[in-house]
Order: sequence, then C-alpha cells, then structure tokens
Amino acid sequence: MHEISLCESIREMLEDQAIEQRFERVRRIWLEIGPFSCVEPDALRFGFDAVMRGSLAEGADLEIVSAPGAAKCLNCGATVRVADRFALCPQCGHAALQVTAGDELRICKLEVV
Amino acid sequence: MCGTCGCTEGEQRIDARAQGEGTSRMIEVHLDIMAKNDRYAAANRLHLEEIGVLALNMVSSPGSGKTTLLVETIAALGPSAASVIEGDQQTRRDADRIRATGARAVQINTGKGCHLDAHIVGHALRDLAPDRDSVVFIENVGNLVCPAGFDLGEAHKVVVLSVTEGEDKPLKYPDMFAAADLALISKTDLLPHLDVDMDAVVANALRINPALDILPVSARSGAGMDGWIDWIRAARSRVALGRPIDTAAE
Ligand SMILES: Nc1nc2c(ncn2[C@@H]2O[C@H](COP(=O)(O)OP(=O)(O)OP(=O)(O)O)[C@@H](O)[C@H]2O)c(=O)[nH]1
Ligand SMILES: [Mg+2]
Ligand SMILES: [Zn+2]
Repeated sequence: MHEISLCESIREMLEDQAIEQRFERVRRIWLEIGPFSCVEPDALRFGFDAVMRGSLAEGADLEIVSAPGAAKCLNCGATVRVADRFALCPQCGHAALQVTAGDELRICKLEVV
Repeated sequence: MCGTCGCTEGEQRIDARAQGEGTSRMIEVHLDIMAKNDRYAAANRLHLEEIGVLALNMVSSPGSGKTTLLVETIAALGPSAASVIEGDQQTRRDADRIRATGARAVQINTGKGCHLDAHIVGHALRDLAPDRDSVVFIENVGNLVCPAGFDLGEAHKVVVLSVTEGEDKPLKYPDMFAAADLALISKTDLLPHLDVDMDAVVANALRINPALDILPVSARSGAGMDGWIDWIRAARSRVALGRPIDTAAE
C-alpha cells in the first residue's frame, strides 16, 4: 500500500503550492497516471480521502487522467503505443517490447479557492 | 456512488461544500509526485559514484531467500568487500544474520511501510560508510509490488524469485520484473521436488523485460553462485570505470 505514502507526498506538494500560488483550499485535483507508474488508481482514491482529511484538500475531488504508454520494439524498431506489459508489437507481432514512456505520476491541474 | 460499497458519502460532501464557498480558479501545474524521492535517489547515486561503491537493490516477495543468499555471497566476496542495508517492517534478525558473517550491516525497520525510500536509504548509507570499491546490498522489504516504484539510487535492481513461487510470478508482478536488471531464480536445489517449469519462468520474465539477465542459484547447494559472483564483479568494474579520473587516481 505505497499509495498512502504517495498521497502524503501529494498533500505536502499541495501545501507548498498553496503558499507559492496563494490559495486557501483545493477543490479538485487532476492526477496524470501512466500505465507503468506502479500505482493502483483504486488504492490511490481510497488513500486520498483519508490522507487529505484535516488538510487544505479535505473533500477535494480526485480526477484521474490516464497517460498513454509507449514502447520500442526490439525486433522491428517501431515505437508503438502500449497499455500493458504483455502487449505484442502491433507492427510485427513480436513480444520484445521495451517500455519507453508511461511511468508518469503527476499533478497536472488544480481547482483552488 | 462508491463503486465498492455503494455509499454516497462523497456526493453529500460535494453538495455541502458547493453551498458554502466562493468562486474557484484553475491552475495548470506539472508536479511530479516521485520528484522528492527521485532527488534523494539522485543524491545517493552521486554519493555512491564518488565513493566508488556498487549498490544493488535486492527485491522479492517475503522468504525468497535474500538474506540466506547474501550470507553466502558475502562468504564468497569476503566480509570486508560487502556491507548490507537491511529493510524489514520489524525485527533486527536479518542484520544480525549478516553481521555473523563479519560484514557490516545497518537495519532499517519501516514499521507499516511496505518499501524502502531513497531518503531513509541515504541516511543508512551515511551510517554504514561503505569502503571504496565495495558492494552495498540493500535488502528491500519483502514485497513484489511497491518497491518497484522507488528508485533508491542503486546501480541495479535484482529481483529474487524462488522456484517454489511458480512460473507465473513475472506475469502477475510485471512492474518488478520490468524494473530489474537481473533476476535470480533461487532455491534451485528444490527443483527435483517440484514440477515447476524453469523454461517457462525464464520465458515469462523475458516476456516482461527482454533485456533482463537471468541466473539460477542455490544458496543451499552453492550451484550457480559463481555466475552470480561474476555478475557482481562485472557490475562493480563498471562502477570503477565510470568514476571520475581524479578520484580513481587516489
Ligand atoms: N532449500 C533451500 N532453502 C533456502 C535457500 N535459501 C533460503 N532458503 C530458506 O528459505 C527461507 C527464507 O530464507 P531467507 O533468507 O530468510 O529469505 P528472505 O528473502 O531474506 O526473507 P525476508 O527477509 O523475510 O523476506 C529459510 O527457511 C531459508 O532456510 C536455498 O537456496 N535452498
Ligand atoms: Mg531477509
Ligand atoms: Zn515490432
């Protein structure tokens, strides 16, 4: 359940942002999550409400935006979109795909007051 | 409505809030949630490079044989050539087992924490003060899931999978096998008693990570230990080569 410690990082970042960007409360937060970020969205939602309680983001809505994953085929060299680690190369059908993007885990937008 | 239990707690909360507060504004940001851990990891990596130390982050499910393997590995490398950072939720047992070999060890207890992070490992590295050209093994908390996402500043993640765990584990826990550079298939002395298909273990691991090195080992019988020690020595010489010229000359 490392989602709890990730939520704690999110809370700290929001507290820093509140000072930097001068806001009082967070109403909604958009989180971009790649398919290879090692994060389970449901576990994150579960931890989010608990961890934000008593903070400037108590009761805030969590919007999860999925980021696309990409991989390079070691067989044909194509760069392709992939959603999981079992994908076959759509160009040549080979399983030798090396993931090159999709480990994003970032806050991309905030609705604040 | 909550998808799990059907509660409407969240909706009520939104209504109550909508009545009471002023107008909101939107801000676009780019805040990487792993940034803090990654900064500590980068600092650890730099520190390790400066002191010429190879750090290996040993990850696995509980009981795959990490500590037993490290005890035998230290016997082969020599107790002054290696030291260990032990991560467990509770107890100092694994650090005590390592110290019995004559090597130095620092124990981290994570309590409820399911993984080591780069900050706590940075402190442990400074407490351990490893010797130049030595190897530091970081035995992560037994957990095939969470440690995959946390860079500690290691040169390589080494995933240990025992033959008793079954050939489907790379497919069930792909993030860990994708993050690792080496997979050690441990407890191979037990193979005669099992019907596990070693070729399938290897094929599944390579399916997830085609660049993965895979070595079978038994800490009990010693089979495959030479290959693992050679792998460590090769990784250690890459660290030595990567060192800045001024420090390499000392
Ligand atoms: N047959 C056999 N048993 C082994 C081998 N290596 C370890 N074991 C046994 O596996 C059990 C777990 O070994 P540990 O070394 O404590 O495993 P670990 O991965 O360090 O465990 P945690 O730190 O608790 O996750 C012990 O009972 C060991 O004796 C091996 O090569 N062969
Ligand atoms: Mg252990
Ligand atoms: Zn291809």
